[in-house]
Amino acid sequence: MSAAVVVRGVDKIFDTKSGHVTALSAVDLDVAPGEFVSLIGPSGCGKSTLMRLIADLETPTAGTVEVFGTSAHQARVDQRYGIAFQQAGLLPWRTVSANIALPLELSGMARAEVRQRVDELIALVGLGDFGDRFPDQLSGGMQQRVAIARALAKKPQLLLMDEPFGALDEMTREYMQTELLRIAAETGAAVVFVTHSIPEAVYLSDRVVVMSPRPGRIAEVVPMSLGSTGSRADDLREDASFFEMITAVREALHGGTHATAPRGVENR
Amino acid sequence: MTTETRASTLTRTPGPSRPRTRPPVGPLGRTASGAERAIAPVVLGGAVIGIWQLLAGSGLVEAYLLPSPAAIIAEIIEFWPSMLSAAGITGLNAFVGLVAGSLLGVVAALVASTSRLLDGMLAPIVAALAVIPIVALAPVLNTMFGADSRTGRQLIASLAAFVPVFITTARGLRQTQPVHRELMTSFAATPWQVMRTITLPTAVPYTFTGIRLASSLAVISALVAEYFGGPRGGLGGLISTSAASSAYPRAWAYVVAAIALGLAFYLVTLALERWASRRR
Amino acid sequence: MSDAATLLAPPRRRRAGQGARLKAAGYGLLGIIALAVASELYKWLGPADGLLIGDVRVLPRTSDLAMPHIWDMVGRLFEPVTRAEGARVLWLEIVIAAGLTLGIAAVGWVVGVVVGIGLALIMQRWILAESALLPWIVLSQTVPLIAFAPLVKSWGSRIEIGAFEWQDWMSVAVIASYLAFFPVAVGALKGLQAPDRIHRELLHTYSARWWPTMVHLRLPAAVPFLLPALRLAAANAVVGAVVAEVSTGLQGGIGRLVIQYAGQASGDPAKAWAPIFGAIALGLIAAGSVALLGLLVKDYRRTEGEA
Repeated sequence: MSAAVVVRGVDKIFDTKSGHVTALSAVDLDVAPGEFVSLIGPSGCGKSTLMRLIADLETPTAGTVEVFGTSAHQARVDQRYGIAFQQAGLLPWRTVSANIALPLELSGMARAEVRQRVDELIALVGLGDFGDRFPDQLSGGMQQRVAIARALAKKPQLLLMDEPFGALDEMTREYMQTELLRIAAETGAAVVFVTHSIPEAVYLSDRVVVMSPRPGRIAEVVPMSLGSTGSRADDLREDASFFEMITAVREALHGGTHATAPRGVENR
Repeated sequence: MTTETRASTLTRTPGPSRPRTRPPVGPLGRTASGAERAIAPVVLGGAVIGIWQLLAGSGLVEAYLLPSPAAIIAEIIEFWPSMLSAAGITGLNAFVGLVAGSLLGVVAALVASTSRLLDGMLAPIVAALAVIPIVALAPVLNTMFGADSRTGRQLIASLAAFVPVFITTARGLRQTQPVHRELMTSFAATPWQVMRTITLPTAVPYTFTGIRLASSLAVISALVAEYFGGPRGGLGGLISTSAASSAYPRAWAYVVAAIALGLAFYLVTLALERWASRRR
Repeated sequence: MSDAATLLAPPRRRRAGQGARLKAAGYGLLGIIALAVASELYKWLGPADGLLIGDVRVLPRTSDLAMPHIWDMVGRLFEPVTRAEGARVLWLEIVIAAGLTLGIAAVGWVVGVVVGIGLALIMQRWILAESALLPWIVLSQTVPLIAFAPLVKSWGSRIEIGAFEWQDWMSVAVIASYLAFFPVAVGALKGLQAPDRIHRELLHTYSARWWPTMVHLRLPAAVPFLLPALRLAAANAVVGAVVAEVSTGLQGGIGRLVIQYAGQASGDPAKAWAPIFGAIALGLIAAGSVALLGLLVKDYRRTEGEA
């Protein structure tokens, strides 16, 4: 099977009021099918931009982005990926079920099929009794679970997530991370996950892509030697190997020196 | 929030004044209780009417100028059927105007949202309509449509209603959140699907706010337009004929009917607005 | 507070603003021309008796009496008002009458603004006042003002303070102010209550009492809310003045001319449209003047947003 994502020689330059901003410069990245890859780095390193290029929400100034062997644009048109933003982005006038059903309705799926798939997804993310609730009746964590269920609606083989747990408290966050790993393993999807948090990146990923700013580029790719993501559980967080990997990523972020801590990265 | 994503991250602009407004907070941080908010205006109203009755009874103010509340109530009781039928006539004109103007406003806003050219042409016209005395058109409209026709007044009411509905709907159509729009892009949704699932539902509460604002305008315009000629029998006509024959208590009775009519329109459209704004 | 903000704020793009304004004006003109063309097209192609559904005439008659040609309407402006000797040319007559109405509306506007802001201050200061007054203020706008005209006129005629005598035009101004005060009261109150908690708490740490807080925080914060309210009040004052002129029978204003020329429409249909153009111009001038006012307080309309 072809690689999930292939990024080659990508530049992205924005024209702003204050001149040109080079968000990304000469970026190469490969994501294998079923692989969990995190993008981490300080503010301005281009991690969100890179994810948005894969999602075809932006187009590269130079270079190519291929998703499952076709262009990112075609992959979006063919609905090959599911996306979750930092805000849950639920439609407030739709119930949980109706929100999850949205992409299915848009692609013209039959009513009965939609019902069935939505029930599956609600069970998958553990929101069993909440199908008829409205977003304003849900906590932040639950809203994000709805957003993830929606991202999985069409059984994509690629999940793109832009700091989806950023607005959650620490306990909920850890819970959601474990859930996400379970879901990714069950569906076999590849995941590109943007985060500010080193422990989160380490816990979730097969590989952590460390990026640096000005101009945005990949500084280093740190493979995680913590066992397959599908088999990880909460007890990993207390394991020595976990902390070793965190240290490895932190050192990669510092670019080899302990002198200055890059701003905008959490060290919790 | 990552800064490199968009050059300008638009936040959602404030929506229509939500009917469920936050309770007023005084300068010292005190909030008015629900009971206060319900009782205070009633007490004030009662006090004013009481003073009015006293003044009228004392002879300081001549009865023909400002009839006592008691005299007005007597006229209301006597002329009740006439008040109802007159209110029905004026109310019908106002209703037709409100409905026609609202429909026109929504359609025009939709059209303007799709075409830059039409938007550019409509915006100044609507801005002008908002500031000109529309009722001044009443006499010529009566000439155009015939002196026995209700259409002129209904047109005036619909022009008056059109403006706020157009403006609020146009604003509502622009209020889609960036995250929702990007979601739709990621679903490769067609423009019509985006309109149906995101743009229109977001705009609906704004439209109903506009309709609420238009409701009293429609009533007042329909009423004042009667003063400029045309078939008799509406509230405006009866107010002016009563005043002309110095039957002031009766004139004020019809004014009370006009207030009730305006209030009825306002309350109904307020309820509609609240219904439309739940869960947005 | 203001120095750092003004120094670090991004420069205003003047050029784009002017170009955009010209473009908007151009589009507006296009819109008006489109309307005129549509009207003439209807006159040319439409049914002679208009469109009747049942006995309701939905579209007007196309005769020259019912719908004069646009060029007739414009041309009539340059002819004398009446065939009498020494009669003024029509457009001049309109301008003079509109000027009078504008003056009266302006007086009404000022009074309405003062009353509106005063009420807003009272309602902001005492929460009970807001609870008690606001519903009545909202209700006041449902009362048709033609009911007030004879009343105000009679009341006014009884006021004699020394050499001061109530003039007829003052009744019109009072009615205009009645229509003007409502948007100002509501908009000013909203603006005075607008500052968010951070700013209110800041002034609280400075031990600022009610009036200094008003001057340094609430009034400046209210400017962006006041300006559209003032503009609306100006338009309302014009409407109020025109309608009040009709119901009090005031001579010399544009309202009177609307009725008068409409009465003569069977003999001179194009003339009836002249005061309407005057009234339209009046509304636009009133609103435009207030918009110019907005330029004076430009700095108070800035927000905290980043560049």
